[in-house]
Amino acid sequence: MHELAVCQALIEQVERVARDNAARRILSITVSVGPLSGIEAKLLEHAYPLAAAGTVAEEAKLVVVTVPVRVRCRTCKAETEAASNRLLCGSCNDWHVDVIAGEEMLLQRVEIETADEPVH
Amino acid sequence: MCRDCGCSLGPAAARAPFAAQPATKGHIESIEVITAILDENDRVAAHNRTHFDRHGVLAVNLMSSPGSGKTSLLEATIRALQGELRIAVIEGDLATENDAARIRACGVPAVQITTGNACHLDAQMVHDALQDLPLDGLDVLFVENVGNLVCPASFDLGVHRNLTLLSVPEGDDKPAKYPVMFRGADLALITKVDLLPHIEEFSVERARDSLRQVGFRGDIIELTRRGGPGFEAWLGWLRSGVAARRAAAA
Repeated sequence: MHELAVCQALIEQVERVARDNAARRILSITVSVGPLSGIEAKLLEHAYPLAAAGTVAEEAKLVVVTVPVRVRCRTCKAETEAASNRLLCGSCNDWHVDVIAGEEMLLQRVEIETADEPVH
Repeated sequence: MCRDCGCSLGPAAARAPFAAQPATKGHIESIEVITAILDENDRVAAHNRTHFDRHGVLAVNLMSSPGSGKTSLLEATIRALQGELRIAVIEGDLATENDAARIRACGVPAVQITTGNACHLDAQMVHDALQDLPLDGLDVLFVENVGNLVCPASFDLGVHRNLTLLSVPEGDDKPAKYPVMFRGADLALITKVDLLPHIEEFSVERARDSLRQVGFRGDIIELTRRGGPGFEAWLGWLRSGVAARRAAAA
Protein backbone atom coordinates (compact mmCIF):
# COMPACT_ATOMS: atom_id res chain seq x y z
CA MET A 1 0.00 0.00 0.00
CA HIS A 2 2.52 2.60 -1.09
CA GLU A 3 -0.42 4.62 -2.47
CA LEU A 4 -0.63 6.43 0.87
CA ALA A 5 2.98 7.60 0.52
CA VAL A 6 2.19 8.69 -3.05
CA CYS A 7 -0.88 10.60 -1.80
CA GLN A 8 1.19 12.34 0.85
CA ALA A 9 3.66 13.46 -1.84
CA LEU A 10 0.70 14.61 -3.94
CA ILE A 11 -0.75 16.64 -1.06
CA GLU A 12 2.62 18.33 -0.48
CA GLN A 13 2.70 19.41 -4.13
CA VAL A 14 -0.87 20.63 -3.97
CA GLU A 15 -0.13 22.60 -0.79
CA ARG A 16 2.71 24.31 -2.68
CA VAL A 17 0.34 25.21 -5.54
CA ALA A 18 -2.16 26.51 -2.97
CA ARG A 19 0.49 28.69 -1.30
CA ASP A 20 1.85 30.05 -4.58
CA ASN A 21 -1.63 31.02 -5.71
CA ALA A 22 -2.99 32.22 -2.37
CA ALA A 23 -5.69 29.56 -2.46
CA ARG A 24 -8.16 29.39 0.37
CA ARG A 25 -9.14 25.86 -0.47
CA ILE A 26 -8.64 23.25 -3.16
CA LEU A 27 -11.73 22.15 -5.05
CA SER A 28 -10.33 19.37 -7.20
CA ILE A 29 -7.06 17.63 -8.06
CA THR A 30 -6.58 15.81 -11.36
CA VAL A 31 -3.86 13.17 -11.67
CA SER A 32 -3.02 10.80 -14.50
CA VAL A 33 -1.79 7.31 -13.72
CA GLY A 34 -0.56 4.54 -16.02
CA PRO A 35 -0.41 0.83 -15.09
CA LEU A 36 3.40 0.81 -15.42
CA SER A 37 3.77 3.41 -12.66
CA GLY A 38 3.03 0.70 -10.12
CA ILE A 39 0.09 2.66 -8.73
CA GLU A 40 -3.47 1.36 -8.52
CA ALA A 41 -6.06 4.05 -9.21
CA LYS A 42 -8.56 2.50 -6.78
CA LEU A 43 -6.04 2.28 -3.94
CA LEU A 44 -5.01 5.86 -4.64
CA GLU A 45 -8.64 6.95 -4.25
CA HIS A 46 -8.93 5.01 -0.97
CA ALA A 47 -5.71 6.45 0.46
CA TYR A 48 -6.44 10.02 -0.60
CA PRO A 49 -8.85 11.09 2.22
CA LEU A 50 -6.32 9.89 4.83
CA ALA A 51 -3.56 12.03 3.33
CA ALA A 52 -5.80 15.04 2.68
CA ALA A 53 -7.34 15.22 6.18
CA GLY A 54 -6.47 18.47 7.91
CA THR A 55 -4.89 20.03 4.82
CA VAL A 56 -5.95 22.72 2.34
CA ALA A 57 -7.10 19.83 0.13
CA GLU A 58 -9.36 18.29 2.77
CA GLU A 59 -12.55 18.91 0.78
CA ALA A 60 -11.05 18.51 -2.67
CA LYS A 61 -12.27 15.92 -5.13
CA LEU A 62 -9.57 13.63 -6.51
CA VAL A 63 -9.96 12.87 -10.21
CA VAL A 64 -7.80 9.95 -11.39
CA VAL A 65 -7.39 9.64 -15.15
CA THR A 66 -6.02 6.20 -16.05
CA VAL A 67 -3.82 6.04 -19.12
CA PRO A 68 -3.54 2.73 -21.01
CA VAL A 69 -0.17 1.22 -21.92
CA ARG A 70 0.82 1.96 -25.51
CA VAL A 71 3.86 0.64 -27.33
CA ARG A 72 5.56 1.57 -30.61
CA CYS A 73 7.06 -1.34 -32.54
CA ARG A 74 10.66 -0.95 -33.70
CA THR A 75 10.10 -3.53 -36.40
CA CYS A 76 6.78 -2.62 -38.03
CA LYS A 77 6.41 0.90 -36.51
CA ALA A 78 2.81 0.24 -35.42
CA GLU A 79 1.52 1.96 -32.26
CA THR A 80 -0.77 -0.33 -30.28
CA GLU A 81 -2.18 -0.85 -26.81
CA ALA A 82 -0.58 -3.55 -24.68
CA ALA A 83 -1.11 -5.31 -21.36
CA SER A 84 1.44 -4.35 -18.73
CA ASN A 85 2.78 -7.91 -18.50
CA ARG A 86 2.77 -8.46 -22.26
CA LEU A 87 4.65 -5.59 -23.84
CA LEU A 88 4.47 -6.91 -27.39
CA CYS A 89 3.47 -5.26 -30.64
CA GLY A 90 -0.28 -5.70 -31.13
CA SER A 91 0.25 -5.79 -34.88
CA CYS A 92 3.21 -8.15 -35.50
CA ASN A 93 3.74 -9.63 -31.99
CA ASP A 94 7.41 -8.55 -31.88
CA TRP A 95 8.90 -7.76 -28.44
CA HIS A 96 11.20 -5.02 -29.80
CA VAL A 97 8.89 -2.23 -28.65
CA ASP A 98 9.23 1.11 -26.88
CA VAL A 99 6.67 2.11 -24.28
CA ILE A 100 5.16 5.45 -25.28
CA ALA A 101 2.45 5.72 -22.62
CA GLY A 102 1.43 4.01 -19.39
CA GLU A 103 4.30 4.99 -17.07
CA GLU A 104 2.74 8.29 -15.95
CA MET A 105 2.18 9.28 -12.35
CA LEU A 106 1.47 12.97 -12.85
CA LEU A 107 -0.27 15.82 -11.13
CA GLN A 108 -2.11 17.47 -14.02
CA ARG A 109 -4.41 20.15 -12.72
CA VAL A 110 -5.51 21.81 -9.48
CA GLU A 111 -8.75 23.73 -9.18
CA ILE A 112 -8.52 26.31 -6.41
CA GLU A 113 -10.68 28.89 -4.71
CA THR A 114 -9.00 32.14 -3.75
CA ALA A 115 -10.28 34.51 -1.08
CA ASP A 116 -11.68 37.28 -3.24
CA GLU A 117 -12.90 38.04 -6.69
CA PRO A 118 -9.96 39.51 -8.61
CA VAL A 119 -10.00 43.30 -9.16
CA HIS A 120 -10.19 44.31 -12.83
CA MET B 1 21.13 19.24 7.74
CA CYS B 2 23.01 16.79 5.59
CA ARG B 3 26.43 16.18 7.11
CA ASP B 4 27.96 15.15 3.83
CA CYS B 5 27.47 18.25 1.75
CA GLY B 6 25.73 20.76 4.06
CA CYS B 7 22.50 20.67 2.06
CA SER B 8 19.26 21.36 3.86
CA LEU B 9 17.84 17.89 3.32
CA GLY B 10 17.21 16.09 6.56
CA PRO B 11 14.45 14.09 8.17
CA ALA B 12 11.16 15.36 6.76
CA ALA B 13 9.82 18.28 8.81
CA ALA B 14 6.40 18.12 10.45
CA ARG B 15 3.78 20.23 8.72
CA ALA B 16 1.51 22.74 10.45
CA PRO B 17 -2.16 21.74 10.29
CA PHE B 18 -4.29 23.71 7.89
CA ALA B 19 -6.83 26.05 9.49
CA ALA B 20 -10.40 25.60 8.24
CA GLN B 21 -11.68 28.46 6.10
CA PRO B 22 -15.11 30.15 6.17
CA ALA B 23 -17.55 28.82 3.61
CA THR B 24 -18.02 32.04 1.65
CA LYS B 25 -17.72 32.03 -2.11
CA GLY B 26 -14.38 33.11 -3.53
CA HIS B 27 -12.78 33.22 -6.94
CA ILE B 28 -12.29 29.85 -8.65
CA GLU B 29 -9.26 29.10 -10.83
CA SER B 30 -8.04 26.00 -12.62
CA ILE B 31 -4.25 25.69 -12.63
CA GLU B 32 -2.40 23.36 -14.97
CA VAL B 33 0.59 21.85 -13.14
CA ILE B 34 1.91 18.68 -14.86
CA THR B 35 4.62 17.47 -12.52
CA ALA B 36 5.62 13.98 -11.45
CA ILE B 37 3.80 13.22 -8.21
CA LEU B 38 6.99 11.79 -6.74
CA ASP B 39 9.18 14.69 -7.91
CA GLU B 40 10.32 15.41 -4.33
CA ASN B 41 11.48 11.78 -4.01
CA ASP B 42 13.18 12.08 -7.40
CA ARG B 43 14.96 15.23 -6.25
CA VAL B 44 16.32 13.52 -3.12
CA ALA B 45 17.25 10.48 -5.23
CA ALA B 46 19.29 12.68 -7.56
CA HIS B 47 20.96 14.15 -4.50
CA ASN B 48 21.84 10.67 -3.19
CA ARG B 49 23.29 9.80 -6.59
CA THR B 50 25.52 12.88 -6.38
CA HIS B 51 26.82 11.66 -3.01
CA PHE B 52 27.59 8.21 -4.43
CA ASP B 53 29.25 9.65 -7.53
CA ARG B 54 31.40 12.04 -5.54
CA HIS B 55 32.74 9.11 -3.53
CA GLY B 56 33.11 6.82 -6.54
CA VAL B 57 30.82 4.27 -4.86
CA LEU B 58 28.68 1.86 -6.85
CA ALA B 59 25.21 1.89 -5.28
CA VAL B 60 22.98 -1.14 -5.92
CA ASN B 61 19.36 -1.63 -4.84
CA LEU B 62 18.19 -5.23 -4.29
CA MET B 63 14.49 -5.94 -4.58
CA SER B 64 12.48 -9.16 -4.38
CA SER B 65 9.81 -11.01 -2.44
CA PRO B 66 10.58 -11.78 1.19
CA GLY B 67 12.65 -14.94 1.44
CA SER B 68 14.12 -15.01 -2.07
CA GLY B 69 17.65 -14.85 -0.70
CA LYS B 70 18.73 -11.18 -0.72
CA THR B 71 20.53 -11.27 2.63
CA SER B 72 22.05 -14.70 1.97
CA LEU B 73 23.36 -13.49 -1.38
CA LEU B 74 24.90 -10.44 0.29
CA GLU B 75 26.55 -12.58 2.97
CA ALA B 76 28.08 -14.87 0.35
CA THR B 77 29.12 -11.90 -1.81
CA ILE B 78 30.81 -10.09 1.08
CA ARG B 79 32.74 -13.25 2.01
CA ALA B 80 33.77 -13.90 -1.60
CA LEU B 81 35.05 -10.36 -2.10
CA GLN B 82 36.73 -9.95 1.28
CA GLY B 83 40.01 -8.06 0.86
CA GLU B 84 39.09 -7.14 -2.73
CA LEU B 85 36.11 -4.76 -2.54
CA ARG B 86 35.03 -2.64 0.41
CA ILE B 87 31.30 -3.10 0.92
CA ALA B 88 28.62 -1.59 3.15
CA VAL B 89 24.90 -2.36 3.35
CA ILE B 90 21.73 -0.44 4.12
CA GLU B 91 19.05 -2.90 5.25
CA GLY B 92 15.35 -2.14 4.93
CA ASP B 93 12.75 -4.08 6.89
CA LEU B 94 9.44 -3.35 8.56
CA ALA B 95 10.91 -4.44 11.90
CA THR B 96 13.99 -6.05 13.56
CA GLU B 97 17.74 -5.50 13.25
CA ASN B 98 18.22 -9.14 12.22
CA ASP B 99 19.49 -8.54 8.71
CA ALA B 100 21.91 -5.77 9.69
CA ALA B 101 23.27 -8.04 12.44
CA ARG B 102 23.84 -10.81 9.87
CA ILE B 103 25.74 -8.41 7.61
CA ARG B 104 27.84 -7.01 10.48
CA ALA B 105 28.76 -10.58 11.40
CA CYS B 106 30.44 -10.73 7.97
CA GLY B 107 32.69 -7.87 9.05
CA VAL B 108 31.23 -4.95 7.05
CA PRO B 109 29.26 -1.87 8.18
CA ALA B 110 25.47 -2.10 8.02
CA VAL B 111 22.72 0.39 8.84
CA GLN B 112 19.23 -0.94 9.49
CA ILE B 113 16.23 1.11 8.42
CA THR B 114 13.08 -0.09 10.13
CA THR B 115 10.17 1.34 8.20
CA GLY B 116 7.41 0.52 10.70
CA ASN B 117 4.45 -0.02 8.41
CA ALA B 118 6.00 1.35 5.24
CA CYS B 119 6.21 -1.28 2.54
CA HIS B 120 9.16 0.24 0.66
CA LEU B 121 12.24 2.41 1.04
CA ASP B 122 12.23 5.90 -0.40
CA ALA B 123 15.08 8.26 -1.26
CA GLN B 124 14.72 10.23 1.97
CA MET B 125 15.10 7.09 4.13
CA VAL B 126 18.28 6.19 2.25
CA HIS B 127 19.53 9.75 2.61
CA ASP B 128 18.91 9.64 6.37
CA ALA B 129 20.72 6.29 6.63
CA LEU B 130 23.72 7.78 4.82
CA GLN B 131 24.23 10.09 7.80
CA ASP B 132 25.33 7.00 9.77
CA LEU B 133 27.38 5.46 7.01
CA PRO B 134 30.59 7.15 5.84
CA LEU B 135 31.05 6.55 2.11
CA ASP B 136 34.77 7.32 2.17
CA GLY B 137 36.82 4.30 1.22
CA LEU B 138 33.82 2.26 0.03
CA ASP B 139 33.55 0.50 -3.33
CA VAL B 140 30.00 -0.85 -3.18
CA LEU B 141 26.95 0.19 -1.21
CA PHE B 142 24.11 -2.32 -1.29
CA VAL B 143 20.61 -1.21 -0.38
CA GLU B 144 18.49 -4.22 0.53
CA ASN B 145 14.93 -3.04 0.02
CA VAL B 146 11.90 -4.23 1.96
CA GLY B 147 10.87 -7.68 0.72
CA ASN B 148 7.97 -6.76 -1.58
CA LEU B 149 7.47 -7.10 -5.35
CA VAL B 150 5.08 -4.15 -5.66
CA CYS B 151 5.80 -0.97 -3.76
CA PRO B 152 9.60 -0.54 -3.97
CA ALA B 153 9.35 -0.36 -7.77
CA SER B 154 7.79 3.12 -7.67
CA PHE B 155 10.56 4.86 -5.70
CA ASP B 156 13.92 5.89 -7.17
CA LEU B 157 16.51 5.67 -4.38
CA GLY B 158 19.32 7.32 -6.34
CA VAL B 159 21.28 4.10 -6.81
CA HIS B 160 23.14 3.26 -10.03
CA ARG B 161 21.65 -0.19 -10.54
CA ASN B 162 18.39 -1.89 -9.57
CA LEU B 163 18.39 -5.66 -9.19
CA THR B 164 15.43 -7.97 -8.87
CA LEU B 165 15.80 -11.48 -7.48
CA LEU B 166 13.51 -14.31 -8.48
CA SER B 167 14.00 -17.50 -6.48
CA VAL B 168 13.16 -20.89 -7.91
CA PRO B 169 10.57 -21.80 -5.20
CA GLU B 170 8.53 -18.67 -6.10
CA GLY B 171 7.62 -19.90 -9.58
CA ASP B 172 8.65 -18.88 -13.07
CA ASP B 173 5.62 -16.63 -13.68
CA LYS B 174 6.52 -14.00 -11.07
CA PRO B 175 7.53 -11.43 -13.75
CA ALA B 176 4.11 -11.74 -15.41
CA LYS B 177 2.42 -11.23 -12.04
CA TYR B 178 4.58 -8.27 -10.98
CA PRO B 179 5.54 -6.63 -14.29
CA VAL B 180 6.42 -3.17 -12.99
CA MET B 181 9.04 -4.50 -10.60
CA PHE B 182 10.79 -6.74 -13.11
CA ARG B 183 10.57 -4.31 -16.02
CA GLY B 184 12.40 -1.61 -14.07
CA ALA B 185 15.37 -3.81 -13.12
CA ASP B 186 18.83 -3.57 -14.71
CA LEU B 187 19.75 -7.13 -13.73
CA ALA B 188 17.62 -10.15 -12.85
CA LEU B 189 19.05 -12.87 -10.64
CA ILE B 190 17.35 -16.25 -10.67
CA THR B 191 18.38 -17.52 -7.23
CA LYS B 192 18.38 -20.91 -5.50
CA VAL B 193 18.95 -22.75 -8.79
CA ASP B 194 20.38 -25.62 -6.74
CA LEU B 195 16.70 -26.40 -6.00
CA LEU B 196 15.81 -26.84 -9.68
CA PRO B 197 16.07 -30.67 -9.54
CA HIS B 198 13.49 -30.67 -6.72
CA ILE B 199 11.07 -28.11 -8.18
CA GLU B 200 10.26 -29.39 -11.63
CA GLU B 201 7.45 -26.82 -12.10
CA PHE B 202 10.09 -24.11 -12.49
CA SER B 203 11.40 -23.66 -16.02
CA VAL B 204 14.29 -21.25 -16.48
CA GLU B 205 13.21 -20.80 -20.11
CA ARG B 206 9.69 -19.77 -19.06
CA ALA B 207 11.15 -17.36 -16.49
CA ARG B 208 13.30 -15.80 -19.22
CA ASP B 209 10.29 -15.51 -21.57
CA SER B 210 8.22 -13.96 -18.80
CA LEU B 211 10.97 -11.39 -18.17
CA ARG B 212 11.17 -10.55 -21.86
CA GLN B 213 7.39 -10.12 -22.16
CA VAL B 214 7.28 -7.53 -19.37
CA GLY B 215 9.92 -5.48 -21.16
CA PHE B 216 12.95 -6.48 -19.09
CA ARG B 217 16.04 -5.87 -21.22
CA GLY B 218 18.92 -6.45 -18.78
CA ASP B 219 21.15 -9.44 -18.13
CA ILE B 220 19.81 -12.55 -16.42
CA ILE B 221 22.10 -14.58 -14.16
CA GLU B 222 21.13 -17.96 -12.73
CA LEU B 223 22.94 -18.64 -9.49
CA THR B 224 23.13 -20.16 -6.07
CA ARG B 225 24.97 -18.48 -3.23
CA ARG B 226 26.88 -21.73 -2.78
CA GLY B 227 29.15 -20.82 -5.69
CA GLY B 228 29.58 -22.00 -9.26
CA PRO B 229 29.63 -20.25 -12.65
CA GLY B 230 26.46 -18.18 -12.01
CA PHE B 231 27.85 -16.84 -8.75
CA GLU B 232 31.14 -16.01 -10.51
CA ALA B 233 29.19 -14.18 -13.24
CA TRP B 234 27.46 -12.13 -10.53
CA LEU B 235 30.82 -11.22 -8.96
CA GLY B 236 32.06 -10.28 -12.43
CA TRP B 237 29.02 -8.02 -12.95
CA LEU B 238 29.83 -6.28 -9.65
CA ARG B 239 33.52 -5.89 -10.44
CA SER B 240 32.81 -4.29 -13.82
CA GLY B 241 30.27 -1.97 -12.17
CA VAL B 242 32.86 -0.88 -9.62
CA ALA B 243 35.46 -0.33 -12.35
CA ALA B 244 32.99 1.87 -14.27
CA ARG B 245 32.30 3.97 -11.15
CA ARG B 246 36.00 4.40 -10.45
CA ALA B 247 36.62 5.49 -14.04
CA ALA B 248 33.74 7.98 -13.82
CA ALA B 249 35.00 9.42 -10.52
CA ALA B 250 38.62 9.74 -11.71
